[in-house]
Amino acid sequence: MNQYLPYILCLVLFLIGLYAVLVKKNLIKIIIGLGIIDYSLNLFLVLIGYKKQGIFPILSKNGQAQPIVDPLPQALVLTAIVIGLAVTMLMVAIAIRLYEKYGTFDITQIRKLKG
Amino acid sequence: MNNIIPLFVILPLSAAFLNSLLGRFSKGFSDILSNIVCILTTFFSLIIIFNLNLSSNNIFTYRVGGWVAPVGIMLVVDHLTALMLITVNIVALCCCIYSISYMERYTDKWKYYALFMLMLTGMNGVIITGDIFNMYVFLEIAAIASYSLVAFGCESEELEASFKYLVLGSVASAIILLSIALLYSYVSTLNLADISLTLANIVNVNKGYFIKFISLLLIVGFGVKSALVPFHSWLPDAHPSAPAPISSMLSGVLIKTLGIYSMVRILFNILGVEQKILYILVVLGLISMFVGVILALYQWDYKRLLAYHSISQVGYIILGLGLSTPLGILGGLFHLMNHSVFKSLLFLTSGATEYMLGTRDLRRMGELNKKMPLTTFSALIGSMSISGVPPFNGFWSKLIIIVACIEAKQYFAGLLATVVSFLTLSSFTKVLKYGFYGKAEANHKDTVKEVPSSMIVPMIILSLCCIFMGLLLLPDIKQYFLDNVVNVLKQGTIYATKVFELR
Repeated sequence: MNQYLPYILCLVLFLIGLYAVLVKKNLIKIIIGLGIIDYSLNLFLVLIGYKKQGIFPILSKNGQAQPIVDPLPQALVLTAIVIGLAVTMLMVAIAIRLYEKYGTFDITQIRKLKG
Repeated sequence: MNNIIPLFVILPLSAAFLNSLLGRFSKGFSDILSNIVCILTTFFSLIIIFNLNLSSNNIFTYRVGGWVAPVGIMLVVDHLTALMLITVNIVALCCCIYSISYMERYTDKWKYYALFMLMLTGMNGVIITGDIFNMYVFLEIAAIASYSLVAFGCESEELEASFKYLVLGSVASAIILLSIALLYSYVSTLNLADISLTLANIVNVNKGYFIKFISLLLIVGFGVKSALVPFHSWLPDAHPSAPAPISSMLSGVLIKTLGIYSMVRILFNILGVEQKILYILVVLGLISMFVGVILALYQWDYKRLLAYHSISQVGYIILGLGLSTPLGILGGLFHLMNHSVFKSLLFLTSGATEYMLGTRDLRRMGELNKKMPLTTFSALIGSMSISGVPPFNGFWSKLIIIVACIEAKQYFAGLLATVVSFLTLSSFTKVLKYGFYGKAEANHKDTVKEVPSSMIVPMIILSLCCIFMGLLLLPDIKQYFLDNVVNVLKQGTIYATKVFELR
């Protein structure tokens, strides 16, 4: 049971983010929800590469074989964080512009589109 | 020959960089640079198509940075890739020529071109890459560029549509990333061909369930990107809000590269499809086809109507691919190509009418056949093509899909496809009657005349494509190109072995 705990945490985080995106009416809260989804996935990716008592994957001088963590997911997470940053920044910029146009962050009042 | 593959990413990416760096200093610079890049990429994709049959295994590969396959990233070009490349680059070229005059209305044209080139980079990258995480990165590049292009006008509707698109698009990307993470945890590799080979060697009782779960996640993720019906709600807002050339890029090629191509490549060539997954695809295709066209029937906004038809036509493509018979795949892929051409043509004509009249409401158009003859002619060809009137290209692909349905004993699907085709025809009869040939409610101003020639030329090119693309089905040309494309999907996971021989 104990070994699955981090993965369950990931799932809980993902669901919290999804809840915020689906239920909340405020633009900023939706953006935060998407951020939480991103972070839960990043955590999941890092956990995949984790090995118990593994060390950083750098070749040591004395050449002793030791269990290391998988470095590839960490590289992937770095990329995913950068992408998440770009998306969040764009979303915040659009939210600010929306606030200028409508004077509110409430999505129930931002509905000129229909059909 | 292998060395021109990375140019599909390098050229547009450096053009995006140069545009954002130098575009502000000179007015014509970004026009000229972007058009040259589009011409070059189109030219290179033609070169690839004509040389692909001569290569070993019909595949070109390129090692990025010289690293051998499972370690490094590999770029792969096979016939399916070539089909997507030529479609994307021809449509991009037409939209780029069109933008020269059309985008004069907006400020900061160079920013527009930088984002346009970034979107082209992302799409070309998704198509040629042979690495699943690389595919995700390119997909996000194209998606982020398209989010900001939808909001380019900065009016309140455009911002709202862009935000909607952003939220749904990011959730979809998150689901795609989740499925990539799960796949990596199972096979410990990211190379597409290597994933397929490793999966084949794993012996585990739960493997079948795992592959089904991943396939479902991918169908949801890429389904949002390609606007299949339960996930379609962003498309009718986002596509009409963008500037017209971007609408035609989004509807014409973006939903196909980001959605359909990636989904089909991973499902058919990497994971290997099962009957149940195919059945889901067929059902999704049928629902999208029907719901899309019903929603399109009562639209009066020209661009919004076209956007709903995109949903409906994507349904045709997914239906054809989901049948998974050789004829069905042929129909689906040919319809993919045709739909790119005629939907971009129709969006360009909508841009032309909006450019002259300042409205997209069909009830306030009319009597344009005298004042804008060439635009009307293009709209006529596009409408007949999308509603499946012979001898235009849309007729042949729809015919193939319906015949494939009957051959696979899916009589209901065949019937529904025919009915949807009639509904499409009636919807476009409305467009032609109210928009172009019928009597206008109020007299147009005298300033309404034919649009500038740089907007006419791309429409004429695409109209000619609509008329002559049916010729691709002639047996001699078909066995040279389209049959090979079908083989790529039909052979399924043999793709991996063939790619790995050349790594």
